[in-house]
Amino acid sequence: MELPGIAFYIVAFLTMGGIYAILCLALNMQWGFGGLFNAGIAGFYAVGAYTAAILTSAGSSAHLGGFDLPIVVGLICAGIASGIVGWAIARICVRLKADYLAMASIGIAEIIRLAIVNEEWLTNGSLGISRIPRPLEAFYSGRAAEVVFVVFVWLIVAVTFLVARRLQQSPWGRVMRAIRDNEETAASIGKDVQRFRTETFVVGSVFMGVAGALSAHYFKFFSPDATEPLLITFLAWVMLIAGGSGNNLGAIAGALAIWAIWSLTEVVTQQLPPDWATRSSYIRMLLIGLLLQFVLQRFRSGLFPEKSPKLRISREK
Amino acid sequence: MEQVPRIRLDDVTMRFGGLDAVRNCSFDLPAGRITGLIGPNGAGKTTAFNVIAGLLSPTLGRVVLDGEDITDLPAYRRQEKGLSRTFQLAHEFGRMTVIENLMVAAKNDVGEGIVNAVFRPSRCLSQEREAYDKALKTLEFLEISQLAGEPAGNLSGGQKKLLELGRALMQEPKIMLLDEIGAGVNRTLLGKIADKIKQLNEESGYTFCLIEHDLDFVSRLCHGVIVMAQGELLMTGTVDEVRRDERVIEAYFGGGRYQDAS
Ligand SMILES: Nc1ncnc2c1ncn2[C@@H]1O[C@H](COP(=O)(O)OP(=O)(O)OP(=O)(O)O)[C@@H](O)[C@H]1O
Ligand SMILES: [Mg+2]
Repeated sequence: MELPGIAFYIVAFLTMGGIYAILCLALNMQWGFGGLFNAGIAGFYAVGAYTAAILTSAGSSAHLGGFDLPIVVGLICAGIASGIVGWAIARICVRLKADYLAMASIGIAEIIRLAIVNEEWLTNGSLGISRIPRPLEAFYSGRAAEVVFVVFVWLIVAVTFLVARRLQQSPWGRVMRAIRDNEETAASIGKDVQRFRTETFVVGSVFMGVAGALSAHYFKFFSPDATEPLLITFLAWVMLIAGGSGNNLGAIAGALAIWAIWSLTEVVTQQLPPDWATRSSYIRMLLIGLLLQFVLQRFRSGLFPEKSPKLRISREK
Repeated sequence: MEQVPRIRLDDVTMRFGGLDAVRNCSFDLPAGRITGLIGPNGAGKTTAFNVIAGLLSPTLGRVVLDGEDITDLPAYRRQEKGLSRTFQLAHEFGRMTVIENLMVAAKNDVGEGIVNAVFRPSRCLSQEREAYDKALKTLEFLEISQLAGEPAGNLSGGQKKLLELGRALMQEPKIMLLDEIGAGVNRTLLGKIADKIKQLNEESGYTFCLIEHDLDFVSRLCHGVIVMAQGELLMTGTVDEVRRDERVIEAYFGGGRYQDAS
């Protein structure tokens, strides 16, 4: 019985790893191509998760809905809701310099968090939303359901990756990188900096919302604790920087690598004596921070540095 | 008959804190002509360019393009009107390759739409082909073909200046504002660039404005010269008139802010 235990540990690892990969790809659209510093990832994640939870969970008197809608509908609406929030923020903040956008996005994520805790009619406050379904639940249960879910997550990782790659390889992506590298020059060659920035911020937000929705379905229960910025925003940034900002494969690799290390440190800190165990969470953060320093000293642009995409042009006329 | 000026600076003042980098300046860049803009360091030449190109909006005054007031038009919309410029300090897209730096300057209206980028990625390919061919020709002309795949951030100072010019050429503009394009470029190539400017002016009717410190270069190319000093317009005239003018000699070689230094 040894092998299946490990196999299912790996399935669990890949599920969360996949959700982080989507977050990381989304952050790469905003920061890697666009140079937009989003320090409020957890806010978009929460908007997506709660949208999906409210729309797909069974009816409850404790919060709005649930509306018992199909998971696909919830997923799409989660992306849309998070995208709309992203659009509103972009309208205000995209003109600001990178450091101000970072401040604004932290603030807005915190507002979203407080709203979720306080607006009990909508979210059931700190008690959270339960009975969130998983796809194909009626047909599979137990460990088979875990496998079904990991496949579902990675299908969405694949879609996200495809979108990210097409964006990066297109003339649109080239303009985006140009704006990131030099905003003044981009404007002087006729690129509407605000338009492009808004677009990339919104697309990134959509996928952050989708990642949040997936996590709600995975846990089947979602409360404000799951939107802890250290676990979402901080880890996603570490993953992208370690994997290689500007590189989509790097984003996925970084997500898996850092998530693996994060999960292993949990195993280690569980061995600690009880009065140390309460300190484990910040000790793990510290370890991850040190690790990032180490990676960046060895590999300045992450494990997979950004590369210009292959030129895609039609054959000779 | 008097020529319609392409660009008119109308009583423009650009203030930074307590300093007027440009003060009550009015001048024309006449259509189809090559105009030199000269003056000692800190005269406000680059600032004037930034105002014309829309990177700075003037504290006072107007910018007029072909009779239309464009003072409030954002920089990217001015490019659509045929205006292009180079930067004195190279402003390359450092993490993109040289060829990408050029191709991005040629508009690809199909491929720059986000929906096309995701759902119809092959639609833009023929426009990409055109941009690519043009970029290759531009690189060849500037004698930096071997750098096509190099990240632009790795180029030398002179190479970056050439890339500045290349980016401006890629846009097929009607008006080119060139800020010290010759600085740091080798003599032979500079001669070739001068010929190209002449050719674009004579054959395609482009309007040019060149900021240059090298008066020989200016006299070789320019139909008229504008002289600025300490933010103000000193005079306009032909190269010879300017060279003989007492005030210009004074501004460059004596008087003014340079007295204190000696
Ligand atoms: N963004 C800015 N903020 C503050 N002061 C500025 C700014 N840009 C220019 N200045 C000041 O305006 C004055 C004119 O600068 P400008 O760059 O236009 O001179 P220039 O004629 O191009 O000189 P050079 O020949 O050395 O390039 C200088 O004193 C400069 O310090
Ligand atoms: Mg200057």
